[in-house]
Amino acid sequence: MKRNSRSTVTLAHDPLVRGLGWASLALGVPQVVSPYGFTRALGTAPALRNRWTGAAIGVRELTAAAGLLGRPHPAWLWTRVGGDAMDLALLARALMNRDGRGSARTMAATAATSAIAAADVYAAVTRTFRSSPLELTSTVTVGKSPDEAYEFWQRLDRLPEFMTHLDEVRATGPGTSHWTATAPFGRTVEWDAETTEDVPGQRIAWRSLKGADIDNSGEVRFLPAPGGRGTEVHVRLRYDLPAGALGKAAARWFGEEPHQQLDDDLRRLKQVMETGEVIRSEGAPGGKRARSEFPQHPARPLSEEELKEALS
Amino acid sequence: MKATCWTGRNSVEVQEVPDPSILNSRDAVVKVTSTAICGSDLHLLDGYVPTMQNGDIMGHEFMGEVVEVGPGVDPARIRVGDRVVVPFPIACGACSACQAELYSCCENTNPNAGIAEKLFGHPTAGIYGYSHLTGGFAGGQAEYARVVLADVNALRVGSGFTDEQVLFLSDILPTGYMGAEMCDIQDGDVVAVWGAGPVGQFAMDSARVLGAEKVIAIDKEDYRLQMAAAQGYETIDFRNTDVRSALLEMTGGRGPDKCIDAVGLEATHGAGHIDLYDRAKQAVRSETDRPHALRQAITSCRSGGIVSVIGVYGGMIDKFPAGAWMNRSLTLRTGQCHVQRYMKPLLRLIERGAIDPTRVITHRLPLTEAPRGYELFKHKRDNCEKVVLTP
Ligand SMILES: NC(=O)c1ccc[n+]([C@@H]2O[C@H](COP(=O)([O-])OP(=O)(O)OC[C@H]3O[C@@H](n4cnc5c(N)ncnc54)[C@H](O)[C@@H]3O)[C@@H](O)[C@H]2O)c1
Ligand SMILES: [Zn+2]
Ligand SMILES: [Zn+2]
Repeated sequence: MKRNSRSTVTLAHDPLVRGLGWASLALGVPQVVSPYGFTRALGTAPALRNRWTGAAIGVRELTAAAGLLGRPHPAWLWTRVGGDAMDLALLARALMNRDGRGSARTMAATAATSAIAAADVYAAVTRTFRSSPLELTSTVTVGKSPDEAYEFWQRLDRLPEFMTHLDEVRATGPGTSHWTATAPFGRTVEWDAETTEDVPGQRIAWRSLKGADIDNSGEVRFLPAPGGRGTEVHVRLRYDLPAGALGKAAARWFGEEPHQQLDDDLRRLKQVMETGEVIRSEGAPGGKRARSEFPQHPARPLSEEELKEALS
Repeated sequence: MKATCWTGRNSVEVQEVPDPSILNSRDAVVKVTSTAICGSDLHLLDGYVPTMQNGDIMGHEFMGEVVEVGPGVDPARIRVGDRVVVPFPIACGACSACQAELYSCCENTNPNAGIAEKLFGHPTAGIYGYSHLTGGFAGGQAEYARVVLADVNALRVGSGFTDEQVLFLSDILPTGYMGAEMCDIQDGDVVAVWGAGPVGQFAMDSARVLGAEKVIAIDKEDYRLQMAAAQGYETIDFRNTDVRSALLEMTGGRGPDKCIDAVGLEATHGAGHIDLYDRAKQAVRSETDRPHALRQAITSCRSGGIVSVIGVYGGMIDKFPAGAWMNRSLTLRTGQCHVQRYMKPLLRLIERGAIDPTRVITHRLPLTEAPRGYELFKHKRDNCEKVVLTP
């Protein structure tokens, strides 16, 4: 499995992040070079007994600028948010202590700082919890021919038999399907998908259509294993995890190690293809829910109610 | 129904539990007529196998009468009323391991394969009553038991045999046989067997059947060594003898050609300090298994010989004599028994009288007395060699 999380590379090319970096630079230089002049221009001079406060703010801005432009990371954005809070506090004090001179300038500065702060908060939040692609790959060898394996996958409707999260995949037309999956807290997510590639005996690819709860795509390839060992089934799934709380919930949905879930899914695929069904034990009677059931039901027969629940 | 349940380290209880039901369409349910306690069960009892849970039903050696079959069971192979012996590894019969007759390595029957894989690198087959690592399947020390994929995992036996004659086809007889078979026994071979428990005894019998010139039993329990001696095998009591020199003495200085470890991870050592070393490491979990017998088998075996390991190991061992193994061209062979491979041929050997499996049975107890059976077998009380339970 590979996880392409937000990297410094993507942030380095992010216009908002770069813009804020340049803004920091633009604000920081004059504050360091001429702290008194700069604070007077803002009308906050009386509150700043010590011109070094202005210089310190300048240094802070330059540090943030260096971070955002040099080694971008969401932490720098949060530094800016913290700085904004400080600035707003200083400006508020200036407004309260004003001696009449320059209060209009202070008001304007406060408005400007608030706008910048809003941009900073927006950037920090979205760049921290930004939608990040999650890519999973796994492979299994099944004792069937590539054609048989392809047949099994072709309509995609048998996937829920072995894939933990899927409840239903229904063909809705030639090359289109409707998917239903269980999300945490009993939520259900649904999406429509289209088959983007269909090469008999070799490859099937699909992707969700606009309006999906979770944008995703998938691909399965069938390669003949050497020496008549059956067929290697190579699966690649890609999810665009949404930002924020929903994204976090979605990540939890995949568990701590999402690739393991896919490994387990493919093991069950092998069970279904080779033995006809997913093997259940008393400890893991739920079949495809086995791993999430730890600690398991003890290895002893189930009561009638337990049985009903497990087989439902 | 009543069943023998693991209730914690060193504790089993006979409890009232629900009757088994069909979970997969190819399942069957048997009414157990005979079941046995195995040395492997002691590893569970003693807490050396991880992922046991309170309430797990024990037992992987059982036989009985089929009382229910799932809709997917091939009636040509198993029907209600059949008398069957159930092999302990659950096989699917279809995967590449099963096709190669490596049934205990079946790739499809362990629902907890993901966990087994963490410990072993690759998962192994499901096993009845043998922890959740091997699938969390209910065991057979009970009044009824579910047989998974029954058309592959049950051997029909006719009424011409008693239960006691065929019960051990479920595990220890094939295991002992596989131990000897892996030795690739040649004319004149001397075979040394560590462990004179039931598995060791059957390894000795099998070595003789397969043509060994001389069979040597190594253990510390007098009565077990006597049981071997009664069959004409030579014996070494490792408590009061240096095993390697005794073996050299008995083989004209050559060392045994083939060595079988039928002891496994709970071996004890004649020399107190070495035993203490491994026990201490085991206690702090920096070593899970005590490989005294294995080490000794490797160092004693003649150069170019075969060391066949049927005693069970669970995790990591310390001080593996890699130098002896490598420099002296030893071959190491091992495995949980691929029972399904041996059931029919061994049934024929029993029928011919070449092997008498009943000879190891010392205790026959009702199922309700299973905890006492475990006590006797574990502490080697009352000259206990093998306990058969009847529900
Ligand atoms: N490979 C398989 O498929 C398979 C199947 C069944 C049992 N087993 C394993 O075989 C082993 C034996 O089973 P059993 O039912 O005969 O158990 P058991 O406990 O009755 O026998 C073990 C014997 O080894 C002796 N022993 C201990 N330390 C020794 C040493 N250092 N040297 C020589 N002997 C020593 C003990 O005194 C005891 O008599 C166990 O580890 C069991 O788990 C493996
Ligand atoms: Zn056993
Ligand atoms: Zn198999």
